[in-house]
Amino acid sequence: MAPGYYTPALMKPAPFDYHQARSVAEAVTHLGEYGYEAKVLAGGQSLVPAMNFRLARPAVLVDINPLDELDYLEEDGDTLRIGAMVRHVAFERPVTEGPTGRLLTMAAHHVGHLPIRIRGTFGGSLAHADPAAEWCVIALLLDAELSTRSPSGGRDIPAGGFFQTVFTTALEPEELLVEVRLPKLASHTRVGFQQFSRRAGDFALAMAAVAFESDDGRVANARIALGGVSDRPLRAGEAEQALEGQPATDESFRAAAEIAALEIDAIGDIHGSAGYRRDLVRALTRRALEQAIAA
Amino acid sequence: MIPWIGQPLPRFEDPPLLTGEGRFVADLTGDASFLRFVRSPVAHGRIVSIEAPEGITAFTAEDLREVRPIRPLLHRPDFRPIEQPVLASGKVRFVGEPVAVVVAGTPEEAEDAAEQVFVDIEPADRVVSAPEAIRPGAPAVHDHLEDNMVVDARFETERVDEVFSGAAVVVDFDLRSRRQNALPLEARGSVAAYDSRSGRTTLTASVQSPHVVRTVLADLLGMPESDLRVVVPDVGGAFGQKFCLAPEDVVTAWVARRLRTTVSWVEDRRENLMSSFHSRDHHYRVRGAFDADARLLAVDADLLCNIGAYSCYPVTCGVEPLMALAEFPGPYDFRTYRVRSRGVTTNTCPMAPYRGVSRPVITLAMERLMDLAAVRFRIEPSEVRRRNLISEFPYTSATGLVYDEGSYVESLDRAVEAVGLEDFRRSQAAARAQGRYLGIGLSVFSERTGYGTSAFAARSMDVTPGYETVDLAMDPSGNVEARLGASPHGQGLETTLAQLIGDRLGVEPARVRIVHGDTDRTPYGWGTFASRSLVIAGGAARLASDRLRAKLAAIASAELEAAPEDIVIMAGRATVAGTDAGIEVAELARLAYHSSHRLAAGMDPGLTATATYDPAGTFSNACHVATVEVDPETGGVRVDRFVVVEDAGRLINPMIVDGQLHGGVTQGIAGALYEEILYDREGNILTTSLMDFLPPTLAEVPIIEVHHLETISEATITGAKGLGEGGTIGAPAAVINAVADALLPLGVEIAEVPATPSRLRRLVSESERNPA
Repeated sequence: MAPGYYTPALMKPAPFDYHQARSVAEAVTHLGEYGYEAKVLAGGQSLVPAMNFRLARPAVLVDINPLDELDYLEEDGDTLRIGAMVRHVAFERPVTEGPTGRLLTMAAHHVGHLPIRIRGTFGGSLAHADPAAEWCVIALLLDAELSTRSPSGGRDIPAGGFFQTVFTTALEPEELLVEVRLPKLASHTRVGFQQFSRRAGDFALAMAAVAFESDDGRVANARIALGGVSDRPLRAGEAEQALEGQPATDESFRAAAEIAALEIDAIGDIHGSAGYRRDLVRALTRRALEQAIAA
Repeated sequence: MIPWIGQPLPRFEDPPLLTGEGRFVADLTGDASFLRFVRSPVAHGRIVSIEAPEGITAFTAEDLREVRPIRPLLHRPDFRPIEQPVLASGKVRFVGEPVAVVVAGTPEEAEDAAEQVFVDIEPADRVVSAPEAIRPGAPAVHDHLEDNMVVDARFETERVDEVFSGAAVVVDFDLRSRRQNALPLEARGSVAAYDSRSGRTTLTASVQSPHVVRTVLADLLGMPESDLRVVVPDVGGAFGQKFCLAPEDVVTAWVARRLRTTVSWVEDRRENLMSSFHSRDHHYRVRGAFDADARLLAVDADLLCNIGAYSCYPVTCGVEPLMALAEFPGPYDFRTYRVRSRGVTTNTCPMAPYRGVSRPVITLAMERLMDLAAVRFRIEPSEVRRRNLISEFPYTSATGLVYDEGSYVESLDRAVEAVGLEDFRRSQAAARAQGRYLGIGLSVFSERTGYGTSAFAARSMDVTPGYETVDLAMDPSGNVEARLGASPHGQGLETTLAQLIGDRLGVEPARVRIVHGDTDRTPYGWGTFASRSLVIAGGAARLASDRLRAKLAAIASAELEAAPEDIVIMAGRATVAGTDAGIEVAELARLAYHSSHRLAAGMDPGLTATATYDPAGTFSNACHVATVEVDPETGGVRVDRFVVVEDAGRLINPMIVDGQLHGGVTQGIAGALYEEILYDREGNILTTSLMDFLPPTLAEVPIIEVHHLETISEATITGAKGLGEGGTIGAPAAVINAVADALLPLGVEIAEVPATPSRLRRLVSESERNPA
């Protein structure tokens, strides 16, 4: 064996068993068999580093990388269907015309670094549920619907009920996320995406994604989603309501951003306190709204 | 390309490194067994028991009883020694301290085995920060030091209080520098091989000073140095972190001897961040007295350095507080100075010198003093500096350091011109009118480099480094080999020394091979650190080259029937000045070995020469300027421009000099804005991955514009001064002054680095709530 290559038994992570799934059904069978002991390996851009630090110690890995059947992007009427194994890099160019594609592109450019975007997957990001992950915020903003498969069949979960807390979702241990459906924004929707991170490519300390219509100079169907500020991505519901019907002006945006900063349940870490996170939400929400109207 | 000195020759070191032919410790493990250290999960406590399951080979302090503890020493009354057992014995004193070691066939098996060793530790109260450690009644990290004080040094000139009370303006401020890790790309590691035939042990290690490692290994293991060989292969960055002794290297050598085999230790990134040396955890209180013309009259400074749980060998933990004490005045002319500088021990990872040692922080302090004075006097920061910089040489500082010729004022003027200060002030005003915050920051500093035995002796070190020796030999083919005790690891010394030697001996640098990093092959030396190698090893190379050149000239003069002083050696030929008569240098070399009967009576055959150089030291100087934009809503800082005007005397290879500055400035920007090791109150380290400890990437660092001045002083025989640390020393002050300048309208005072976004945002929002 060439130097630098290890047999699967000899790795930086704690010992684990490895199964390569050849079909969704097989993957789900493994998950059903091992339950909590198993982890799904998609792009591996979060899971593998965590395993190398021995922070994550799954007894079994179920590798779904061979599943080409989960690597698709399809437009289905007013819905964009995204297979769980689509890589981040696919969204660097618009995958659909109009504001939905533009918004996805804006977010994609903030996802990690190029090697991470080449390996990491859309579905893996949602299932991992890092509160600062761009795709989690986008899924919440667009009211995505997530489809799963499990030994007992499968189900659909709305994004609003999917993210529970840090790295924790509504997924059951034997459930595999297979598809995400994004309802497309109306063609005249304005979108904005802003984030602040310590360095280029780092997880954001805070991010704001917004979408609204303003055909007559007044805001309609306002949506604001925030990431990196709490234990899960959040919608700023009060700020959305406050914006509804208001003139699309800097003053309204400033007021809505202030409400967003106050309504969230922010948490602190070594990179910034909860108060600092609120300050970021205030600035980024306002800037995202201004960006949307300026476009 | 003659002379070779001054040519931007591509580095001889680069082709193998850039084509994957580099050989680092982890490439050289061969069929070694692997070690993994079991490390303390608690900051302070008594070891109750250590148990390894059946079938796991593990060693603890109990097994290593015959190994002496590391005991770095200064012989001075204001220093109290502390000891470090190479594996924790009885007590643990920081999270990450090695407690036991396991041996297995592969690194992976060793890591799995280490997890199965059960260490029972009864936790004790701990101290994490320096102010906490000096509080009366604080837990003692070392039982014999109840007040945790390891160094308590004072210096005071006459009339300090009198000068302060008569001053027109007194500026005072606090400064806190957070803790950094030097973060070499290659973490630490070594391979130890016991040879049963000779009874010798070879340690192949990623270190900066092979001979010093050999000496201390011999001392601690109780064996003669001749039974040890230390080899340094390619080193992927060190920056000081690999200068001081790693206890793990001692354990690795001990295990190899105990098991009579080859064993290897390769640290991972988490271990490196947690357990390798840290640096720069300082708390300062500074006062400066100025006269009505903004001339600095006196400085009064209280410096408190957190030295971590143990002292580092050989320089000791006195290195940061004592350097801070002696060099605090920097490039400014004032005669009245009082300082107290303390080093206190805490339950944190030990400290060691990191590129710049104390000077990034003391330079930041002096440069903040200048900028705060500028605000008080309502004059340009450059003007305050101009009135206070030293300009007559040699200059003797308040603490007795002698500065050789430099270009302090010229570097400032040149930098101000290069950055376009007046234009910047105009765009700054225009930006402020639009609610944008731009700032400019200056940093003028001296960099003490190339200092020899006399300077280290002034610190009363038990082990006193300083000199370097070079053994030079020209072989019968006319090629040259230079063997040195300096141990370059990225500095490009193989190229620069070849240029220096090539010029003296009339051979192309490509025909000069530099041999280093092997105690069996090189004369005793001190390694590469403290911006010394080009000055000191370069000086020794120059002296040895002169001797060899004299012999070549003598042989040539006999062959060419001319006086030795008329012989010119250049471009591979020895010629008689003003004539066509000449002989190839290679021919002389062959003659010296193979026709020695033709040599003059009394002349030894062969072409070898040895020389030692041990200078008092020299000061480089520079001015850095940064321009930044601060986003007051997020606290984010973008460094827009970075200008360096550097004076390192004669440049041997300007491209290598620029590279040193680019890397150094980047590490300085890191210290100003990004990198920070954090502990919680229990002494748990919170920054053990590169998601938490944040070196800047290329995206965060602007193009670094470098300009050179070349003041040639008599302090070194090559005219070259050192500059390995200057980039890192000057950059934090330039960046922080620029950030402070940007936020000046908001009345914000920056008292802590790194100036992270959350810290800056807090300062801005405090000032929004309480407008000045």
